[in-house]
Amino acid sequence: MTAVLGGRPAGVSTLHFAMDDADGVDTRQRLVVVGNGMAGARVVEEVLERGGGEQFAITVFGEEPHGNYNRIMLSHVLAGEEHEDDIVLNSHDWYADQGVTLRAGVRVDRIDTHAKIVYAADGTTTGYDQLVLATGSRSFIPPMTGLYTADEQLLPGVFGFRTIDDTRAMLAAAAEHERAIVVGGGLLGLEAARALQGHGLQVEVVHAGTHLMNQQLSAEAGAILEHSVEALGITVHLATRTTEAIGPDRVRGVVLADGRAIDADMLVIAAGIRPVTEVALLSGLEVERGVVVDDQLRTDDPDVYAVGECAQHRGELYGLVAPVWEQARVLADLLTGTDPDAEYHGSRTATKLKVAGVDVATMGINRPERDTDEFLVISEPRRGVHLSVVVRDDKLIGATLLGDTRKVAFLTQAFDRGTPLPAERIRLLVDLSDGAAEVGVAELPGDSQVCNCNGVTKQALVDTVKAGTTSVGGCMDATRAGKGCGSCKLLVKQVVEWAADGDVTEDASASWYVPGIPLAKPELIAAIRDQQLRSVSAVFTALAPGGEEDAKSKMGLTSLLRLVWGAEYEQENDAKFINDRVHGNIQRDGTFSVVPQMKGGVTTAAQLRTIADVAEKYEVPMIKVTGGQRIDLLGVRKEDLPAMWADLGMPSGYAYGKSMRTVKTCVGTDFCRFGLGDSTQLGIDLETRFQGIESPAKIKMAVVGCPRNCAEAYVKDVGVVAVGNGRWEVYVGGAAGASVRKGDLLATVDSPAAVMQLTGRFVQYYRENASWLERTYDFVPRVGLDQVKAVVLDGSAEVLADLDAGIQRSIDAYTDPWGQDGTQPATPGQFRTALPLVDLPKVPVR
Amino acid sequence: MSVTHSDTPAAPTTAPPKAGTPATEVTDGPAAGGAGVPHVVGRVDDVPPGEGRAFVAGGVQVAVFRLRDGSLHATQAACPHSGGPLADGQTDAAVLVCPLHLYAFRWSDGTCTGAAPPVRLFPVHDEDGALVVTV
Repeated sequence: MTAVLGGRPAGVSTLHFAMDDADGVDTRQRLVVVGNGMAGARVVEEVLERGGGEQFAITVFGEEPHGNYNRIMLSHVLAGEEHEDDIVLNSHDWYADQGVTLRAGVRVDRIDTHAKIVYAADGTTTGYDQLVLATGSRSFIPPMTGLYTADEQLLPGVFGFRTIDDTRAMLAAAAEHERAIVVGGGLLGLEAARALQGHGLQVEVVHAGTHLMNQQLSAEAGAILEHSVEALGITVHLATRTTEAIGPDRVRGVVLADGRAIDADMLVIAAGIRPVTEVALLSGLEVERGVVVDDQLRTDDPDVYAVGECAQHRGELYGLVAPVWEQARVLADLLTGTDPDAEYHGSRTATKLKVAGVDVATMGINRPERDTDEFLVISEPRRGVHLSVVVRDDKLIGATLLGDTRKVAFLTQAFDRGTPLPAERIRLLVDLSDGAAEVGVAELPGDSQVCNCNGVTKQALVDTVKAGTTSVGGCMDATRAGKGCGSCKLLVKQVVEWAADGDVTEDASASWYVPGIPLAKPELIAAIRDQQLRSVSAVFTALAPGGEEDAKSKMGLTSLLRLVWGAEYEQENDAKFINDRVHGNIQRDGTFSVVPQMKGGVTTAAQLRTIADVAEKYEVPMIKVTGGQRIDLLGVRKEDLPAMWADLGMPSGYAYGKSMRTVKTCVGTDFCRFGLGDSTQLGIDLETRFQGIESPAKIKMAVVGCPRNCAEAYVKDVGVVAVGNGRWEVYVGGAAGASVRKGDLLATVDSPAAVMQLTGRFVQYYRENASWLERTYDFVPRVGLDQVKAVVLDGSAEVLADLDAGIQRSIDAYTDPWGQDGTQPATPGQFRTALPLVDLPKVPVR
Repeated sequence: MSVTHSDTPAAPTTAPPKAGTPATEVTDGPAAGGAGVPHVVGRVDDVPPGEGRAFVAGGVQVAVFRLRDGSLHATQAACPHSGGPLADGQTDAAVLVCPLHLYAFRWSDGTCTGAAPPVRLFPVHDEDGALVVTV
């Protein structure tokens, strides 16, 4: 870490006296965040994510009355492409739910850093232990005469472009007016111009620079962009300023420095931003262009930090979101003590944008700076394309792509990672077919979420690779990416491969059935049979390296032993996942859900009455009809489970296991005018036969009485469709969950009995051959439909008999777990609460 | 939706607390100020081999695990990632896996193998069949 600026000692100076909880005194430290923009709110999110809600009583001041919203999207709101509700990041409710005090609409005037008190404009004072300045920027309004009314307000019809209120005002004005001048030919100005043009206004852009986007683009590229923008019908005035706004009651036009006057009834000022530093200045903190911070984002007061656009780090101010995200992560690591040594070392900025309909990507510098710099330019003005790269010492230090960003993937990689460049420099800009997937991955910004279930960003994966984990599985283990619904696994793999830059190490365990036993599934099954291993602990002792048990392998092994041994499996409760130990689905607050069996979705008045009575008796907080046509009692305490099962008197619906869960049906021929087969009865029969069968992953089935597909049979693991004349189509490998896949037609058969037999053969083949947690929609395409057919339709008599016997063995082993464990607990304290005696912890939600 | 357990009955213990064990309010964290007070929370037999069970020791929620080799381990009861009930987790000789999002925490020092903050570990031992946790 660099020396603390201003000479004060580093470290937190807070003295904190914990009070007795019995007094009802909040003993948490007080964290105050000044600024509720993207930086401030992100800091709060990151702090909460690290469990900071326990450490800190958090107060956020926001000068705007709104919740937190995505300022980057304002030009989309202005363009009418997004509704303003869609850009809200954190609503007021979110703050309330998180226990964070949001003082929206309250400006902070000053901070007494000695007394540690925040003085707000509404006269209130708020004490703090740690304080974060995230005051952001405001629009820079260049000097011009006539711009302000007597009471120092902007002339009516003149707008800054910074807040949602600015945007709303512009939208209202755009509806009434016809001619707009936009001051500023940078990114924001061009976006505003394009958006206003979309509302039917005639738009002219006045830019003080000699070419558009002069901060990012070279003169040549700027000229080409100007040509593209003018082709859209937007007039551009370069190298001139607006010196006067023509009034007096409202804006009627502008006068340029060269004396020309332009009529206009709207004037939008997008001439850049300036950090908001008044609070810091008045509080005696060191301010240069922005609030000066060190590598730990500390100001010269050790308990005051600054992040985002108001912060000046190593002389740099950042106006892009990616650096802000990085800063927020570092600061949250520091505040919560998650990583007391976390540091921010600055960001290399690259942008990829669509400016007024033109693709633009820039990174690093856009011109050669030294005699030895290599500079390669391809310019096609008529096509609106301008590409250039700057290479120094065989490293890419700058690139500009205008009008054609196909090469952005490789160039971003080379810029970010310093990867070797082709000797033929021309290949940097042309003839680089890196494959669509790689281009897509490289184009992803670092903060884009790869795994939505576990909130893992691309950057988190890249960081994991940089820290030395170079296998896909290792990165998934370390970050939990791909461990939720699994739909992002391919993307995770691509990101890891991209980040590892060709040095991906093979997961030795990739072919193993479970991570703790170095055997593929067929060999593992053979060993279990040969050595008569009937319990999970016996498998570990016999087959694991060093006989070591492995927590993450236990559940898969339990499933496999049940497959191999049926009722002869020797059960061990600790080898089961909690869902299987208590026969309910664990919910995020540690409670469980109870789903009674309701075969084929058919129930009775008596069952409904019983369920209602039980729900009332046990104060079930939510009763929900599930996607699987059953009734889910959610929020049930673990210790209530056995009594509820007894009161229900219904078997378990297996809504929790890696097993056959439910069979959806339509009403078929019972009442439907169009039904071609008795789907309801066939669904009930299927559920009765295959209930509770464990498998590599959950299995969902459906039967529909006609191809109208009311019960969605085409997208189930096994889907059955009546097609008339007593015939049924059997589809396999469908999904409508994290992935959507229409099942493959396995066969058309001519009786319900044939459906039952074929389903059993397919399920058994899947059980015996699929990887652990591999759904049929991955399994069927992996092994191929032809292979599935070759076995379950055209297999030898011996193969088919084995499949039939295998599934029958498991069917015969079925017992209702609620009936068993409800009366006779399998282990001491099987249903003992796991979070005793206190309110359940609040679960932070991103 | 939030669910509260204000009416949860007291955790059953088969051994009476030792004389002098302070009766304190239950909190989510360790008792303020006091370090290293042993508490009898129950019997070792209350925890089946290989599994975990939750107790309250000195006002702190703890999850106690008895591994298959007989060794005892204790952690805070709520996962530092998102409050998951760690006593419901699965374990082996090296790690404890939270049942909610499957973050794994090392028995050696409480650190997470993934990206979650570490768990607090507490000393725990068997005293003539009584389960003693020091918080």
